[in-house]
Amino acid sequence: MNSSWGWLKSGIILGAAFLLAVALVKPIGVSTQYVIADCFIFCKINPKLAQENIDTDGNKTYSSSNAYLNKNNGKYVKSTLNIANYGFIFVLAMFAGGFLASKLGGPKVEKEETWIPHVWRENLGSSWLKRMIGAFASGFFILFGARLAGGCTSGHMMSGMMQTSLSGYLFAAGVFAVAVPVAIIVFKK
Amino acid sequence: MKEILFAILIGGSFGFVLHKVGATNPNKIVGFLRLTDLHLAKVILFAIGFSSLLLFILMAVGLIPAAHISVKSSYIGVIIGGAIFGIGFGLGGYCPGTTLAALGSGRKDSIFMILGGLVGAWVFVLVYGWLTTSMPWLYDKIAGGKVSLAQTANENFPALIDGISGVLVAAVVAILFMGGAALLPSKLRG
Repeated sequence: MNSSWGWLKSGIILGAAFLLAVALVKPIGVSTQYVIADCFIFCKINPKLAQENIDTDGNKTYSSSNAYLNKNNGKYVKSTLNIANYGFIFVLAMFAGGFLASKLGGPKVEKEETWIPHVWRENLGSSWLKRMIGAFASGFFILFGARLAGGCTSGHMMSGMMQTSLSGYLFAAGVFAVAVPVAIIVFKK
Repeated sequence: MKEILFAILIGGSFGFVLHKVGATNPNKIVGFLRLTDLHLAKVILFAIGFSSLLLFILMAVGLIPAAHISVKSSYIGVIIGGAIFGIGFGLGGYCPGTTLAALGSGRKDSIFMILGGLVGAWVFVLVYGWLTTSMPWLYDKIAGGKVSLAQTANENFPALIDGISGVLVAAVVAILFMGGAALLPSKLRG
């Protein structure tokens, strides 16, 4: 069953979603939450990664032994130690949104596609392990790159260009200059 | 509490919409990047133009608070990070956000994409200190950093095109995006 929307309807509603977010709260961004999830896990092993302190005026401050997590007065640490925050609940709600969309009218994911997309199977074969290694490697590059860039498709490309941020255009240029040839070389059909 | 309700409402809608527009489908993403199925390119171009036009109008009349705007910094690492992102994007067909909604919709390879993402983000966290000392040029600002083309209502972010109404500049850019979406054929190759 294919009941996804046509391009114009899709464009209007996707644009409305980005507009709703900035109207009510702030521009949509996703990739930061991978850092928050990591910090949430690893600070259990090494508590120095996420510390809550009280300053001389009795206010809470946040810090980390890691230079990246310590940036911006430890705002990543603050989010980690207050995990039920807007950004983190937002990404959890995205799972639920995808689930509901597939149940309410679809399109449903075909059974033989649940682990391996058609385009991968046609070009690179039906090995489960190969696709999982590919997906893992893909995720690695995507999030490493997004953190270096300071945002991803949502934050830089969509929200960024919506605000006419120079960074949005620069990010998109970097992404497509590489992603287009990679996709053309890897997927011949 | 209001914040959490907004997170559920907006995050839920965003995940729902990503699935409905086809962005959770790696076949569609790969088709877009191979230029053989430009459905998503048209969707994205239109969405950016449409949301941008309304944002600048609503901001100018005061319906969207200027404080909600958040222009990210421009620096060399934005382009290089984008290029590294592009390797994974072209190979896997997911983004950090679409893979979450895709998992919800039943695409289980997203589990490995997300795990890879968690590892990639953590490796970046660990090497960040070294990157800033050994390759400080990665963080060299471009055109002043937090700048936009059109003047927003937020004074913290200077505009590159100054002296012309921000709404007008944004409208021209928005029309180029929406017009591009309409004129783009359904495929360029294959």
